[in-house]
Amino acid sequence: MTNNRLPLPFGSLLDRESTVNFSFDGKPYRGFMGDSIASALAANNQHLLSRSFKYHRPRGILTMAGQDANTLVQLPANPNALADREQLRNGMTVTAQNVSGSLERDWRAVLGLFSRFLPVGFYYKAFFKPKGMWEKWVPIIRKSAGLGVIDESHQPGYFDKQFAFYDIAVIGAGPAGMAAALQAASTGAQVLLVDENPQLGGSLNYARLDAEGNAATALLKKMRSDIAACDNIVAMTDAVCNGWFADNWLPIIQGSRLFKVRANQVLMCVGAMEQQAVFRNNDLPGVMMASAAQRLMRLYAVRPGNRAVVLAGNNDGYAVALDLLDAGVEVAAIVELRAQPKYNKVANALLRRGVTVHTGQAVYQALKGKRGRLTAVDVRKIVSQGKCADTGEIIHCDLLCMSVGFTPTYQLICQAGGQLSYDDDSAMFSLNQLPANFHIAGSVNGYWQLDTVVADAQRAAMMATNTIGKVDVEVPNTIAEPDADSPNFNWPIFAHPKGKEFVDFDEDLQIADIVNATQDGYDHVQLLKRYSTCGMGPSQGRHSALATARLVAASTNKTVAQTGVTTARPPFAPETLGHCAGRSFYPARRTNMHYRHLEAGAQMLQAGVWYRPAYYGPVGAAQQCINNEVHAVRNNVGLMDVSTLGGLEVRGTDAAEFLNRIYTFAFIKQPMGKTRYALMTNEAGVVIDDGVACRVSEHHFYVTASTGGVDQAFQSMLKWNAQWQLDVDIANVTSAWCGINIAGPNARKVLQKVCPDIDLSNTAFPFLGFREGHIAAIPARVIRIGFVGELAFEIHVPQHNGEALWDALMKAGDEQDIKPFGVEAQRVLRLEKGHIIIGQDTDAMSNPMEVQMSWAIARKKPFFVGSRSLIELGKMPLQRTLVGFVVNDPQAPIPLESHLVLQGDQMVGRVTSCNYSPTLGKPVGLAYVPLPAAEPGCKIVIRAADGVLVTAEVVTLPFYDPDSLRQEV
Amino acid sequence: MPLGLLKYGFSKKYPGQHHFTPPEELKKHYDVVIIGAGGHGAAIAYYLAKYHGITDIALLDKGYLGGGNTARNTAVIRSNYLTEEGVSFYRESVKLFQDLSNELNYNVMMENRGQLTLAHSDATIRSFRWRAEVNQHLGVRSELVDRQTIRELVPNLRMDDNSRFPILAGLWHADGATARHDAVVWGYAKGACERGVELHQLTEALDIEVKKGRVTAIMTDRGRIECGCAVQAVAGASSLVARMAGINLPIHTYPLQAMVTQPYKPLLTPHVSSPQVHVYIHQTSRGEFVIGGGSDPYPLYNTRSTLDQKEALAAAVLELFPFLAQANVLRQWAGMTDMTPDYSPIMGTSPVENYYLDAGWGTWGFKATPISGKTMAELIATKTVPALIKPFELERFYRFQQVNEAGATAASH
Repeated sequence: MTNNRLPLPFGSLLDRESTVNFSFDGKPYRGFMGDSIASALAANNQHLLSRSFKYHRPRGILTMAGQDANTLVQLPANPNALADREQLRNGMTVTAQNVSGSLERDWRAVLGLFSRFLPVGFYYKAFFKPKGMWEKWVPIIRKSAGLGVIDESHQPGYFDKQFAFYDIAVIGAGPAGMAAALQAASTGAQVLLVDENPQLGGSLNYARLDAEGNAATALLKKMRSDIAACDNIVAMTDAVCNGWFADNWLPIIQGSRLFKVRANQVLMCVGAMEQQAVFRNNDLPGVMMASAAQRLMRLYAVRPGNRAVVLAGNNDGYAVALDLLDAGVEVAAIVELRAQPKYNKVANALLRRGVTVHTGQAVYQALKGKRGRLTAVDVRKIVSQGKCADTGEIIHCDLLCMSVGFTPTYQLICQAGGQLSYDDDSAMFSLNQLPANFHIAGSVNGYWQLDTVVADAQRAAMMATNTIGKVDVEVPNTIAEPDADSPNFNWPIFAHPKGKEFVDFDEDLQIADIVNATQDGYDHVQLLKRYSTCGMGPSQGRHSALATARLVAASTNKTVAQTGVTTARPPFAPETLGHCAGRSFYPARRTNMHYRHLEAGAQMLQAGVWYRPAYYGPVGAAQQCINNEVHAVRNNVGLMDVSTLGGLEVRGTDAAEFLNRIYTFAFIKQPMGKTRYALMTNEAGVVIDDGVACRVSEHHFYVTASTGGVDQAFQSMLKWNAQWQLDVDIANVTSAWCGINIAGPNARKVLQKVCPDIDLSNTAFPFLGFREGHIAAIPARVIRIGFVGELAFEIHVPQHNGEALWDALMKAGDEQDIKPFGVEAQRVLRLEKGHIIIGQDTDAMSNPMEVQMSWAIARKKPFFVGSRSLIELGKMPLQRTLVGFVVNDPQAPIPLESHLVLQGDQMVGRVTSCNYSPTLGKPVGLAYVPLPAAEPGCKIVIRAADGVLVTAEVVTLPFYDPDSLRQEV
Repeated sequence: MPLGLLKYGFSKKYPGQHHFTPPEELKKHYDVVIIGAGGHGAAIAYYLAKYHGITDIALLDKGYLGGGNTARNTAVIRSNYLTEEGVSFYRESVKLFQDLSNELNYNVMMENRGQLTLAHSDATIRSFRWRAEVNQHLGVRSELVDRQTIRELVPNLRMDDNSRFPILAGLWHADGATARHDAVVWGYAKGACERGVELHQLTEALDIEVKKGRVTAIMTDRGRIECGCAVQAVAGASSLVARMAGINLPIHTYPLQAMVTQPYKPLLTPHVSSPQVHVYIHQTSRGEFVIGGGSDPYPLYNTRSTLDQKEALAAAVLELFPFLAQANVLRQWAGMTDMTPDYSPIMGTSPVENYYLDAGWGTWGFKATPISGKTMAELIATKTVPALIKPFELERFYRFQQVNEAGATAASH
């Protein structure tokens, strides 16, 4: 297996003692611990990794840095895994994806022959004629959609999240990041240093900085040990900072954890990404970035080929050639794009080794042999920008290293608001207009020599530590870069009459596709992206953005700066939905009495985020149980858990004034120890919530809100209070209190047994009264209200006392045969009494007049939220109103909530509540009807299930106890 | 392979005709100036040019063609709204969509996949029944379905009772569909430009000159242009642009975020949404999962993304499809939603005599593109408000007669 492996010191990531067995497309392979999937396969001479998206072309290693889709492979529960980043594990089953037939023989590759008939945007141009044709094409086209396969039977693994806070977060631990972290830490700042690779060092791990090849290793060793010695640097490796969000809020993924980091200062030392040259067949396995070959050798001890050609547009190419020679690879030639290269020491060292250099020449095309692998390059003289001579020289090779330029890793910086500009002289993007508390340094900032990179990083770190006041030292504005050729060659793009010069590998886009898209009219780079799909693939334009910008600029007679790139959006690298979700947090809220309900046989239902008892008894006997509960409340006594009701404490000298503005009723003169109905409308006069307000003291109200509405009511109160700036404090105490409503003619009798310190008599404690005292020795707030139309007391106690209160009342009621009742019975009881439920009997347009609640509006007070709208609405005739109805025909089906009220074939209203009333012995309900039909005695027609028309009679509300004699006894 | 593609391979003329007017100098005067070259603006131009013979039109955009919410929406087409006015309007839009590719001679890739909205509570079932009843009454295919039907429609949806919010029922809208959103604006713009409309991208309206209650000119960053009339179709900036004409619109603008995964082999056909966990998801024809939810909780003019929303959307979608935990997020983005008090658009005439509004498109703009273009063009050409959009006039707010669609939009889009 080691035929392609290099000896030590190559392979800094490998543990050669640990062999790892894995399979690829069914064949067994062996690698070492520390290998990536791609490096292990390359070591085994398996260079073909995948098939491309559109033409199913053979693809292999391109960047070795996770920046392309060529290395996407299928793992059992990890489709679209990056083979060049995914660490090899024992027993791994790796398969090729998006393959028709086999990876070696993919029959869809024939599509490549027809590429002239698949012009850019071809989907828009065809498939739809004649009418109905598209529907026939859809299933066929759908078969070619997608890359990897998601395993639907897979149970998601464990993911979680952690918060972290630092003075300085340094992203990228190459020479710049390490120098910046050390500089910042020297001031005492707490520093986080993050790198996506398994070890600190970035390019120092694989790049050659000097002719001898020693400089990087020496510096790396020193910096690593300095960092390890620093207590105030936390270094995270295998960790990717995947976004920048407002106020330096950074999501950093490591393993199965998403760290959410808030940093006072951010330093981006994220380096640069190498870019490909664009020529025919530049996608063949064997053609790769020069840095990819270096990574293969230095990190993984893989010999990337046997006979190499280096395509150089800068001096880095010569360093790679030296590396290749050191690794025993024959370097057949250097194809030098520059006509008059300015050599540095490293380049001169290579020249002394006797390698042929073809100056001013280009690789016009790559030639493929068996299994689609590179066998030779066609090298030709460059006659003008992008144009080659008609003939050239064929040089045989199985490896072509492209060293023609870089793009700063701009994604995170642009997310933070940085702007890209382009310098025509250096043919390089640069970043500027950085936000506050945000710094960049190193090659991402345009520095390429090791000493200037380090100096720039120290400069940026000093700026950061100055800003947070750790130190105040003078910081140089810029670092001078010695005169040298730009690492970017300005036009490494060579069109071929037969095409297949790939600009975007993910999407199989060739030069003609980009140019033709602009000529079709999609000449803005954003339009071009959307029309051609350039940059829309998994690598998000990492290797295509620069070439695309250059081509579009040339095609539209604009500058590259004017053309620009498409918007960078999070995430930077792929992140799973599992990471984003973490341990998803949907709390199930149970009241303190929850288990008493279960013990009593309750069937629970969901009310917003809460669980509430629907009724007590077996599912099969639901209706009987509900009827029994109703009967108990009407004739004896029942109790209900009302803990889920919202509770709000409103305190302060302006508390009454605040309620006066928030709710429609009047509260200024509300006496202490009294309760008032509180109806909330929004600015449009629409009813949005209700509850009661108890005046505890002069400057203190205890206000209830509906179960589902309390959070919004609270939020709205905070918003208004921020505007009004009254002297009031609002607290949402919903979870701090729990409550029981005890209702029925015998309620007082039961409560008296456990309530020694409140006089419960009707005269001492009348309807709508509010008292504080003790129930079974539990401190309690007792309100004489109820929703069901019987004598009732609502008891609120601190939430941890809920179960004790329940037990005390059940025990006290034992003699009376007290019965718990659930939400279903309450729905019937309140309907009989004609009480509406906000949200069920109201909709997003209901005003108080429509729901017959004009009485709840205090018209004399100067203002409340919604008052202006209600005044205007009050001047207009009502369009509809909520009425009560009964169904007298015992044979008729019971209408369901939301069934429509019809007049002829017109929809004129709908049922909002409807239930069989055990008390009245027939179905009763509420419905919106137009005004002429709202008079008691009017007949309305409801279309019930299966279109059956049911005639109902409008009656006066409430259905039960119209004079409210029962609740006020 | 369709024969229609052969010409591109064999023709020496390809690439030939530029799809849109190549940028020239602005003229001094146009009969109609359309501010905003998104789907709606381009559709208005198209219908004016093709069906009303009005071609002296400048279609302006401060950015690129279709670069606002047309580029950012999640391409959902449906008509299962709540009011008679709303359902009738969107129903016509769905009809126009169904034949749009041939109308425009441009494949907009309409796919009729259906839309399933999930109920996890009684309250939601009530509201679904309401929508189903109204929809069926108006001839729209929309029905309340039980758990068994849901299993058949989306076999890989998590249906177990142990989930935090068990699925109790669903609203199935067979007419629900999707289309290639960019293609819609491109097709309209191409058709308009072929008939003489001038598309001017990177041309921002800076002010609107109103004299004696009439618009006389639009001041742009490329100079002043006079106009016979003007219409604004600038979703996401409606109230800002209307204010230039002295008109206050009852709109609050909120960002709306969405995200998309890498492409995977197809496994989900319909569009699935849950108002309770605030998420919707569908798989595009490329194989990517598009995931969105509700608007951001506070108003803002900014298309930034937030981590909170991404976390919330991911958690929500895994409630429905736990196995998607392995899918990689590719990209997160945001659009701007102009929310009206009643969640219906503001279309038609304005207090300025020859200034027309196509605004307030909240989260429902894309699906209305064809019908709003058609009816707005009719209004501009005939000076008569078509019956279909009469209920959506700005004037309704002066009369407190709103078209309540709040119940039909939450995380459904």
